[in-house]
Amino acid sequence: MDQLVLERLNRERRQRRAVVLVTDLGDGGNRLVCSGDIVADHVLGEAIETAVRTGRSGVVEAVGRKYFLNVHVPAPRLVVIGAVHISQALAPIAKVAGYDVEIIDPRTAFATPDRFPGVPLHAEWPEDVVKTQPLDAFTAVAALTHDPKIDDFPLMAALDAGCFYIGALGSTKTHARRVERLRTLGASSDQVRRIHAPIGLDIGAASPAEIAVAVLAQVIKALRSRGCDGEREKAA
Amino acid sequence: MENAQLINQHRDPLSIAESWMKEGRHVALATVVETWGSAPRPVGSHLVIDADGNFHGSVSGGCVEGTVVSEAADVIASSKPRMLEFGVADETAWQVGLSCGGRIKVYVEPLG
Repeated sequence: MDQLVLERLNRERRQRRAVVLVTDLGDGGNRLVCSGDIVADHVLGEAIETAVRTGRSGVVEAVGRKYFLNVHVPAPRLVVIGAVHISQALAPIAKVAGYDVEIIDPRTAFATPDRFPGVPLHAEWPEDVVKTQPLDAFTAVAALTHDPKIDDFPLMAALDAGCFYIGALGSTKTHARRVERLRTLGASSDQVRRIHAPIGLDIGAASPAEIAVAVLAQVIKALRSRGCDGEREKAA
Repeated sequence: MENAQLINQHRDPLSIAESWMKEGRHVALATVVETWGSAPRPVGSHLVIDADGNFHGSVSGGCVEGTVVSEAADVIASSKPRMLEFGVADETAWQVGLSCGGRIKVYVEPLG
């Protein structure tokens, strides 16, 4: 592999952009396909598109040649809105599961390092945090304050950014009111259907820690069934 | 974990490969390209090796790295990529095979 290709690959990875390194297993030639250039205008277009969507690397054959597609997608990130009791359990377990976790809560009494040791904490409004650290397709957002002033903006931002998971705490009734507000803010009906609410897989969770487990399980399910057009969602 | 600012530059094989190249070292990159059965590291995993046999990363649970490192020396010397295959095909394979019973293909290419 050429040094320039490697440098570009590492740069894209640091920028949290999805890229595919295509290696011709016959002659050893490599080229990098960035998410921007993923189009179906060459023989591998479709295979590359599938690889990015599913995050799966593998060997493909095209016009008698073998290619290895190595997909580099960013590590999943979990942005938790609300430095609440559930978050105190969710942050450490999500970290163990391999997620980069951060917590946003403008209420400084909640967002204290004492309550969240070792967790990146933003005691700011989500609006301000998202400006400098935009959400993306490799980010999950769990809104846990059930305060519209805090939750609504990041939920809209998550829908617009195509986050792979969006969940919001609150009863069915609370969520119905939330959907109305988000629709007023311009969310489409397809968009609001993407929000998991009431949040978490139905495992009968009662305590904050149990709810955290249910939320993380739902995040994992969303990540691992990504690109399967909801088939696994239905089957499970 | 690989993340925007958080790709661990000290442990990430591709970042190490880049910095080794910038130091002027001769480097090979090994990549798991296919797996069958239970394989310890997923397709896409990397091991980076320099001409002195220093290495970072993994392509298995440690079962075949030794062989990959010595093959990498030839790849660096010849500047030609090669495909290696490991499995539990016979008794002798245990020495450099996968005790888990899986089979893997590892592509080793020169960098630069």
